[in-house]
Amino acid sequence: MTKTDKWYRLSGPEGDVVLSTRIRLARNLNGLPFPAYMTVEQKESVVQKVRAALPQSPKLTLLELRNTQRIDALSMVERHLISPDFSRCADGTAVVLSDDESVSIMLCEEDHLRLQIMRPGLQLTEAFAAADELDTQLDEQLHFAFDDRLGYLTQCPTNLGNGMRASLMLHLPALEESGSIRQLANTVSKLGLTIRGCYGEGSRSEGHIYQLSNQVTLGITEQEAMDNLQNFAMQIVREERAARRKLAQDMRYQDNIWRALGILRYARSLSHQELLELTSHLRVGLSTEVLKGVAFTGDDLNALINDTQPATMMMLARQELEPVERDTARAVTVRERLAE
Amino acid sequence: MLCEKCKANPATTYLKRTINGQTTEQHLCAACAAQTGWGSVWNDFGAEMPALWGNLFAEPSLRAVTDPVRCECCGHTFGEISRSGKMGCPQCYTTFYDRLLPTIRRLHGKTRHTGKLPQAGTEAAKRERELESLKKQLAEAIEKQEYETCAVLRDRIREQEGRK
Repeated sequence: MTKTDKWYRLSGPEGDVVLSTRIRLARNLNGLPFPAYMTVEQKESVVQKVRAALPQSPKLTLLELRNTQRIDALSMVERHLISPDFSRCADGTAVVLSDDESVSIMLCEEDHLRLQIMRPGLQLTEAFAAADELDTQLDEQLHFAFDDRLGYLTQCPTNLGNGMRASLMLHLPALEESGSIRQLANTVSKLGLTIRGCYGEGSRSEGHIYQLSNQVTLGITEQEAMDNLQNFAMQIVREERAARRKLAQDMRYQDNIWRALGILRYARSLSHQELLELTSHLRVGLSTEVLKGVAFTGDDLNALINDTQPATMMMLARQELEPVERDTARAVTVRERLAE
Repeated sequence: MLCEKCKANPATTYLKRTINGQTTEQHLCAACAAQTGWGSVWNDFGAEMPALWGNLFAEPSLRAVTDPVRCECCGHTFGEISRSGKMGCPQCYTTFYDRLLPTIRRLHGKTRHTGKLPQAGTEAAKRERELESLKKQLAEAIEKQEYETCAVLRDRIREQEGRK
């Protein structure tokens, strides 16, 4: 894996608040049970069909999960390429990836295909265009299960219709500090949207990162769902920026930002959670220009957070590490990358 | 007699299914029967009696009598779907459309897809959408008293409806 070509090392539009955009499409094949009721042979047959239907461009690689090391699978979970449940059900399942990891297709997770496109920053239109094109290419060969009335047929009726989940990863430390997050959660449900911790369903927020997605998929076009999401996200972005400017005037908060940098530059042991907490302060420091004269950028922080996740660290180091060893190694990496 | 599927193990399970009046028969070994999804009777053998009896009554041909509608593709009944909260296969939506509709309405507030149409096999859906859009335009034209536009739209609607 080279260090420069992955999508998540870059920041995009509104990158000070919107860390990434994800479009996910749920698609299924006719004439087969859903994966929960499939035999290993049936799953293998889906993998074969999809392998044959993959387009020439973008270049995509199919990995069978049974041939994947446990650490590599866990690292894929950390990089949001596959779901935690999927990493555990190896037999007959596979994942399709593009070189820059902006495209991933889980085969035989909850649905036969879960197609995902990721982009840095707020790029719903671009991400959807890529997802739509790949979906159309695959559909030519695979003829996805579709009903004129209900749209794309999915295992869970909550995904029926356009089968699309559009999500934005938002960094909201200032709104959390001001206590506006709970209010936000109440508002989103009225708009057919949902907000939750950054690792998806049931997860709590780490490093003040939240995932905002559309909830309703039937009776709404993809464009309408994205417009809804985009409008509300931009409102949150404006509020978060305003709250940050206010916070940044507070001497105590400025002190927190510089202290965070101090700990990161000199600590000898760091857990990933502590790293997320501290880099969250740095992001605010960079966007409010409290942190001046430092050599690192938001992109560097994105890369640092990715590379120091537990399984990803072990994957990059090509060895198993105990939690204590990981914390020490993490502190070394952080010191190197954030050095003066 | 050998199992019809793997042709290796002796067949111990006789499976008779009647779907829409069409009867099929299969002789399978226990492993293949379980793989096909009809294995509940043979799993947990030696469990306590009530469970065993429960399983016996859940045997497919018997269950078919009490809940006659099974999805032709995956064999699920509506009861099984509502208990697990999981659909068996895409065709379940066609098989149990009427019974699923209230849940779908509750989840989405709507029951009609308006998003992307796949390329193959949806000519009818595309025509229907066009028709809906024409009717909407007609209603607007009537409202604005644009009678010439109305006439054109009415002809196009008739033409579309004739093609149906």
